[in-house]
Amino acid sequence: MMTRPGKLRWALIIAALALLEGACRLGFVSRQTIIAPTAMAAGAWQALGSAEMRGHILITLASVAQSIGLAIVVGFAVGAALYRLPRLRRTLDPFLASYYAVPAFVFYPVFIVLFGLNRWPLVAIGFVFAVTAVIINTLDGLSRVPRGVRRTAAVMKLTPLQHIFFIMLPAAAPWLFTGAKFAVVYSFIGVIAGEFVLSGAGLGHAIAFAYNSFDNETMYGLMLLLFLIVGGINMQLWIWEQRLYARRGGY
Amino acid sequence: MPGAVDIDPAVPAAEHARSRGWSALADTVLLITGMLIVWQVATLIIGHEVLTSPLETARRLSAIMADPDFPAHAWETGRAFGTALIIALAGGLTIGVALGAHRLSGQVAAPILVALYSIPKITLYPVILLLFGLGISAKIAFGVIHGIIPVIIFTMNGVRNINGVYFRAARAMRLSGMQTASNIIVPAALPEIVSGFRIGFSLTLLGTLIGEMFASQRGIGYMLVKAMETNDVATVMALALFLIVLATAASSVLLVIDRRLHQSVIAQSGDSQ
Amino acid sequence: MNTSSVQLCLRGVTRVFPAVEQQKPLHALGPLDLDLRRGEFFSVVGPSGCGKSTLLDLVAGLARPTAGTITFEGRPVAGEVPDGIGVVFQEDASFPWLSVYDNAAFALRRAGMAEKDIRERVDPTLAAVGLQSFAGAYPAQLSGGMRQRLCIARTLVTRPRLLLLDEPFGALDQQTRLLMGDELLDLWRLTDATVFLITHSLDEAALLSDRIGVMSARPGVFIDLVDTAWPRERDSRIVSDPAFGRVTGRLWEMLRGQSLKALAGG
Repeated sequence: MMTRPGKLRWALIIAALALLEGACRLGFVSRQTIIAPTAMAAGAWQALGSAEMRGHILITLASVAQSIGLAIVVGFAVGAALYRLPRLRRTLDPFLASYYAVPAFVFYPVFIVLFGLNRWPLVAIGFVFAVTAVIINTLDGLSRVPRGVRRTAAVMKLTPLQHIFFIMLPAAAPWLFTGAKFAVVYSFIGVIAGEFVLSGAGLGHAIAFAYNSFDNETMYGLMLLLFLIVGGINMQLWIWEQRLYARRGGY
Repeated sequence: MPGAVDIDPAVPAAEHARSRGWSALADTVLLITGMLIVWQVATLIIGHEVLTSPLETARRLSAIMADPDFPAHAWETGRAFGTALIIALAGGLTIGVALGAHRLSGQVAAPILVALYSIPKITLYPVILLLFGLGISAKIAFGVIHGIIPVIIFTMNGVRNINGVYFRAARAMRLSGMQTASNIIVPAALPEIVSGFRIGFSLTLLGTLIGEMFASQRGIGYMLVKAMETNDVATVMALALFLIVLATAASSVLLVIDRRLHQSVIAQSGDSQ
Repeated sequence: MNTSSVQLCLRGVTRVFPAVEQQKPLHALGPLDLDLRRGEFFSVVGPSGCGKSTLLDLVAGLARPTAGTITFEGRPVAGEVPDGIGVVFQEDASFPWLSVYDNAAFALRRAGMAEKDIRERVDPTLAAVGLQSFAGAYPAQLSGGMRQRLCIARTLVTRPRLLLLDEPFGALDQQTRLLMGDELLDLWRLTDATVFLITHSLDEAALLSDRIGVMSARPGVFIDLVDTAWPRERDSRIVSDPAFGRVTGRLWEMLRGQSLKALAGG
């Protein structure tokens, strides 16, 4: 059922966890630094049992979902517009490419004044992190539509709308999916980072709070939950993405 | 003028790319002017105590840069970033080439790398702090964990997609593993590697700054977090501008190299068709 | 069928690519005159860079001539693909997101035809190009030759009266090319369409065509029109006929000097 790399991968992960477990149990690593994976799992289970922690998780997921939705809609529209404006695109390229070097959450204070003390400043941070990735991938996908396909479409005399919906969108679909995948990744990173720095609620805040009160079990438990949620979602998106590209024979 | 509407793709585009330099520069100047105008208008609408105007920001930046403490902070950040970048690029390149050349390892590692790339690494800050303590090594570690993964992923994919005939040629010439890596694999995958370096550069800088914000008493990240805590918007804007200018300049240079490499590869593969 | 009637008419057709920035304008083609008879199989051969593909773009209405006129069935072709013309390109233009059947049905669906009528056209066409058992497959699962056949089928279902082919077998190996050539001849007889084939292969042109236009190096003009006088019923076994050698010999005689010129100039 499972492929050989799949089996090896799980073996590797289990071995790494067992190694960490052993090192913690035998006292090679201080309990103040890292706790055993089983203790992390216990912490995660405990956190899931607490209504307060479930609240933190849900509020984070809600903000992330809003950020993803906005980033996909806006990023796609801007990407499609830039595709039609090649000169503007050429000029913007270095700015798009260096975008991730700027820690966008430094603008959090500005967002708070703009949107008020609620969840919108966090959504905004997630959004500004995510939207560029959607723009870049939309552009990439549209420019990769093969010349032969575009010329064939020209022969078929499609209306502009037909051209968009029956040719450009399906042809660029894998790249659009990749853009959406990055919207998920970066929305999580942005929202959690914002919560971590300055917020009174959410998973990022709960982790920072547990750290400051030396509650390692809760901290690692929440981290484990976060990584499972984010890792799980992304692994699934990645698998779909690979299938999408594979059915198309890599183009 | 005749043929003004006659845009035909049959004329090779690369031939007149050279003469585009000056008009591209003019476009960039135009774009930056446009951005400054938008910024100024935004300031006027939402108020300069929320969003400092371009001129005020530039003034504040020059005041910050004139401060006698600034060179020490900048040097601290530069040193941490430089070290982290070297580790991320060299480490990412080595691991990426190894994973790309050994098919099974690559298949095992790829989803794990994707998962690692996607987790919000900021939450690892307590762990990094516990492992490295407060100071420059924590910042470097933060920079490396952000920057190394994209370099690995890009390099690995680049190596995987190398035309198999190159490997057969390497075997026919009886090259050793190291010779194959340095003389065949790296040059053949260079365009992808440079793309990875470009992203790695940006993310290493981001990681280093995040590290400084939480795990340091020095550096530009520390200045940023102090300004954030005191709601000093002008300083936040000035430092953000400083970072944007530096990052964009460095990124543009890498982008030019990236384009050149990709173009030469496209031209080469186009000939053989 | 009236084979003497003129379907496509080119008069003084010229194409000059305009100057871009510091570059000089490029005189690619012409002036060309040509009368294509309804139902004939016409091929164009010429040295690389002589403007063969430019000529196809002009006839298809994908580009406008700088000077001269093109008329298809009495109507001028100007900047739009006329009804009744189908084009198959050199590049693989199958749509990778659609199954073989959906690829073939694409143009008919866009034209709003009923599914039942679409099936009546698509099924026999896929059968004619040997893809009936691959109707549910995706292009990525097909070989290069099968994908090119799919593109031909996708064009044939629209029942073009003039079929323009731009090096459709350019990426295939020699044996596949010969077999694809036979298939093309079958389809040509079956559909009664006029075929206008661009190729760089002298053998292919000599084997398939009723008439062959030989083009010069850039700017491309016809330097010879070769009548092969093959019977309508023919196939790739012609290659062993001494007349086949005479045709290719004459083509190469005309082309050798032009190809040398193109090689030196390019």
